[in-house]
Amino acid sequence: MRHVISLLIENESGALSRVSGLFSARGYNIESLTVAPTEDLSMSRMTIVTTGSDDIVEQITKQLNKLVEVVKVVDISEAAHIERELMLVKVRATGKDREEVKRTADIFRARIIDVTDTAYVVELTGNQGKLDAFIGAIDPALILETVRSGVCGIGRGDRVLKV
Amino acid sequence: MVLSGAEIVIRCLQEEKVEYVFGYPGGAVLFLYDALFQQDKVRHVLVRHEQAAVHAADGFARSTEKVGVAMVTSGPGATNAVTGIATAYCDSIPMVIISGQVPVAAIGQDAFQEVDTVGITRPCVKHNFLVKDPRDIAVTMKKAFHLARTGRPGPVLVDIPKDVSMQRCEFEYPKEISMRSYNPVVKGHSGQIKKAVQLLLEARRPMIYTGGGVVLSNAAEQLTKLTRLLGYPITNTLMGLGGYPFSDRQYLGMPGMHGTFEANMAMHYSDVLLAVGARFDDRVIGNPAHFAEEPRKIIHVDIDPSSISKRVRVDVPIVGDVKEVLDEMIRQIESGEARPNPEALAAWWKQVEEWRGRRCMVYKNSDEIIKPQFVVQKLWEVTGGDAIITSDVGQHQMWAAQYYGFDKPRRWLNSGGLGTMGVGMPYAMGAKLANPDMQVACVTGEASIQMNIQELSTCKQFRLPIKICNLNNRYLGMVRQWQELFHGGRYSESYMDSLPDFAKLAESYGHVGIRVDKPGDVEGALREAFTTHRNELVFLDFQVDQTENVYPMVQGGKGLTEMILSAEDL
Ligand SMILES: Cc1cc2nc3c(=O)[nH]c(=O)nc-3n(C[C@H](O)[C@H](O)[C@H](O)COP(=O)(O)OP(=O)(O)OC[C@H]3O[C@@H](n4cnc5c(N)ncnc54)[C@H](O)[C@@H]3O)c2cc1C
Ligand SMILES: Cc1ncc(C[n+]2csc(CCOP(=O)(O)OP(=O)(O)O)c2C)c(N)n1
Ligand SMILES: [Mg+2]
Repeated sequence: MRHVISLLIENESGALSRVSGLFSARGYNIESLTVAPTEDLSMSRMTIVTTGSDDIVEQITKQLNKLVEVVKVVDISEAAHIERELMLVKVRATGKDREEVKRTADIFRARIIDVTDTAYVVELTGNQGKLDAFIGAIDPALILETVRSGVCGIGRGDRVLKV
Repeated sequence: MVLSGAEIVIRCLQEEKVEYVFGYPGGAVLFLYDALFQQDKVRHVLVRHEQAAVHAADGFARSTEKVGVAMVTSGPGATNAVTGIATAYCDSIPMVIISGQVPVAAIGQDAFQEVDTVGITRPCVKHNFLVKDPRDIAVTMKKAFHLARTGRPGPVLVDIPKDVSMQRCEFEYPKEISMRSYNPVVKGHSGQIKKAVQLLLEARRPMIYTGGGVVLSNAAEQLTKLTRLLGYPITNTLMGLGGYPFSDRQYLGMPGMHGTFEANMAMHYSDVLLAVGARFDDRVIGNPAHFAEEPRKIIHVDIDPSSISKRVRVDVPIVGDVKEVLDEMIRQIESGEARPNPEALAAWWKQVEEWRGRRCMVYKNSDEIIKPQFVVQKLWEVTGGDAIITSDVGQHQMWAAQYYGFDKPRRWLNSGGLGTMGVGMPYAMGAKLANPDMQVACVTGEASIQMNIQELSTCKQFRLPIKICNLNNRYLGMVRQWQELFHGGRYSESYMDSLPDFAKLAESYGHVGIRVDKPGDVEGALREAFTTHRNELVFLDFQVDQTENVYPMVQGGKGLTEMILSAEDL
C-alpha cells in the first residue's frame, strides 16, 4: 500500500540524512521525499511517499518518531488529504508541434513559463496521476527534460500538523 | 566564567558527576587532555586501543546505573571506537562518547585524520552532535547525558573540532533541559495496564518473559514482587539474567537458542505471555512464523514503541518504563479481588515441572578432561555466586550464562545484540573500577580474549585485580559447533594454531598466570586466584574439552519447540 507520511523535524544540519539513512538502513522504500523549512524557520516539514504493508508502515512511523530531531509524524494518507507535485518539462517546440504542445498544456491547465525558438518549459502542478497523464499525452520524442518536485501533502479540513 | 571549550567539556563532565573517562589522546583532543590534566575530579583511564575505551566505559555503565564516558581523537581514534559504540547501541547502554575533530575550517578538506565521525556513527548511536561553536558545548553536553540515560538508553556521541575546544567563551551549565522533539513516555497507560492485568489473571497457561529492559530500568525488585504475587513461571533473556533470581523455583532458566527446554516450551505453549523489556529477538523466539502458530495473547511492556509489534503481533501494548508499569500492575492486583485460577495454575505447573524434569542442563562430567561447564560451576562456588561476571562471545559465553546462576541484576555483562568478541576484559575493567569491592571475573575464550589482549597492560597500570577464566578449547568453538552440526564437519578456519602461552603472556605484563590441565585442579586454581592473589590480576588458562558443544540448541530458522537437547538428539 502507498502511504504519505508528513513530519516536522528540527532544522539542524544532518537531519535529512538521519531520515534517509533510516530508510536505507532498514530497507524501507522511498518513492519521493520533499523537504523545506516551515513558516517557523527552526523546523522543516517533510513529505515522504512510501509503500509497504501495514506492519511495515507502522514500523516506519515508529522509527521516524524515534529519531531525536523529529518533532511530529503523521500518516496523512490515513484520512482525507491533498497531494500536489510540481513538474517542469522542457519540450521541443518547432513547426506544428508548437501549437500542439500549447493546446495540450491548456487542456491540463499547465503554464508555459519559458519560450525560445525551439523549446518551451511547461509548468504543471497536480497529483502524481495528472502529471503522469500529461507526460503520456506528449509525444515522447519531443520531451527534452523533465523535473518533478516529489509530493507535498496536507490533510483536509481541520486536521493540522503543528507543534 | 570564561573558559576554553576544552575546559567547558571537562566542567560538564564534573557537573554530571563523571568519575572516570576511558580514552586515548591524539592531536585533535590535545586541548581536552590538557584540561583533564589540570583538574583532579574526573579521572582518566588510558587504555591501549580505543575500542577497549568504549567497551570499558560500557562495562562501567552496565555494572552501575551510570552513564559511561569515553574520549577518543579524530580519524583512527573515532573509527576504532565504532565497534564499541555499536555494541553499546545494540544493548541500549547509556554512554557519552567525546571525539575530537579537525578544526571547523578544515572539515571537508580531506584534512589529516579527518573522517566524517558523525556520518560514520549515525546508524549506531541514539543521537550524535557536531559542535561548531564553543558556546554550544554546555547545552550539547547536557543534551547528550539526558538523551543517553532517559527513554530507551543508548550511546550519544559529541564530536568537537579542535579549534572549538581551544576557543574561549562564557560557561554556564544548564540546570534543566527540555527538547520539544524528545519526550519519552514513562508512565504506562492505566487503561492498557488494567486490560493487561485482567488478561493475566484470567490466564490458564501464563508465562512471564523479561529482558534487558528490567535491568536498565532497575526494576528487579518490582519484577520479583509481581512474579511472586502471581505465582507464574518466568524466564529472563540473555540480557535480562539476574532480573529475577536464578535460584527461585518459579525461574525456568533462559529462553531461546541456547535456553532451557522448560523455558522454551512454556513460552511456546503459554496462553498469555507477559513480555517485559524484552524485544522478541530472533535468538529468543526462533522462527517467528512457527512461534505464531500457537495462539496466545501477548502483553508487551516496553519504553520504545518501535520494539512493540515489530517481530510478533502484540495484543496489549504498554509503552512506558518497566518500573512504573510493574508498580502499577502490582497496585492494581493488590487492590482488586481477582486472583489467578488455582486449578489452572496447578495443572500448568505440573506440565512445566514435567518439562523441567527432562533436566536439559545436565552434562556429562569427566575426571580426565576439564569440561567448560564444570569450570563455570566451580567459579560460581568459589565466588559464592556473587561476583560480577563478564564474558566474550562464543560457547564460553553461553556456558557462563547457563551455569553461573545470577540472582541479582547487573552481575552479568556481555554483548548480546552485536555479539562482539573482545568485550570481556574491557567490561571487567569498567566493572572493577565501578565496583572496587566486588569480585570481577571474565569468562572468555582463547580467540575472544586475543581481540583486546593488549588491555592486560591497562590492567597493570590501574591495578585492576580482575580474574580471567579462559576456557581454552583451541577452537573458535561456536563456529566449530555450527560447522560440525550444519556444514558437514568441515572445520574451515575455526582452529587456531600457534596460540601463546597465556600464563606466561600474563606474567610478562606483570600479572599472575596459571595454566590448569586437570579437572581436579580447577577448584584449587580458582581459590588461589580469588584468595592468595586477591589483589592481583590472575589469568587462568583452563585447557578444556575441545569438542564440547553448547546444548540445548534451537537451530536458526527452527521453532522453539524443535530443540536439540544433546548430542544424542542429532
Ligand atoms: C552467541 C550468542 C547466542 C545467543 N543466544 C541467546 C539465547 O539463547 N537466548 C537469549 O535470550 N539471547 C541470546 N542471545 C542474545 C540475543 O542476541 C539478544 O541480544 C537478546 O536476546 C536480547 O535481549 P532482550 O530481548 O532482553 O533485549 P535487549 O536488547 O536487552 O533490549 C531491551 C528492551 O527493553 C526496552 N527497554 C529499555 N529500557 C527500558 C525501560 N526503562 N523500560 C521499559 N523498556 C525498556 C528496550 O526498548 C528494548 O526493547 C545470544 C547472543 C549471542 C551473541
Ligand atoms: C568481532 C567478532 N568476529 C567474529 C565473530 C564470530 N564468532 C562468534 S563466536 C566465535 C568464536 C569465538 O571463539 P572463542 O573466543 O575461542 O570462544 P569459544 O566459542 O571457543 O568458547 C566467532 C569467530 C564475532 N562474534 N565477533
Ligand atoms: Mg575457543
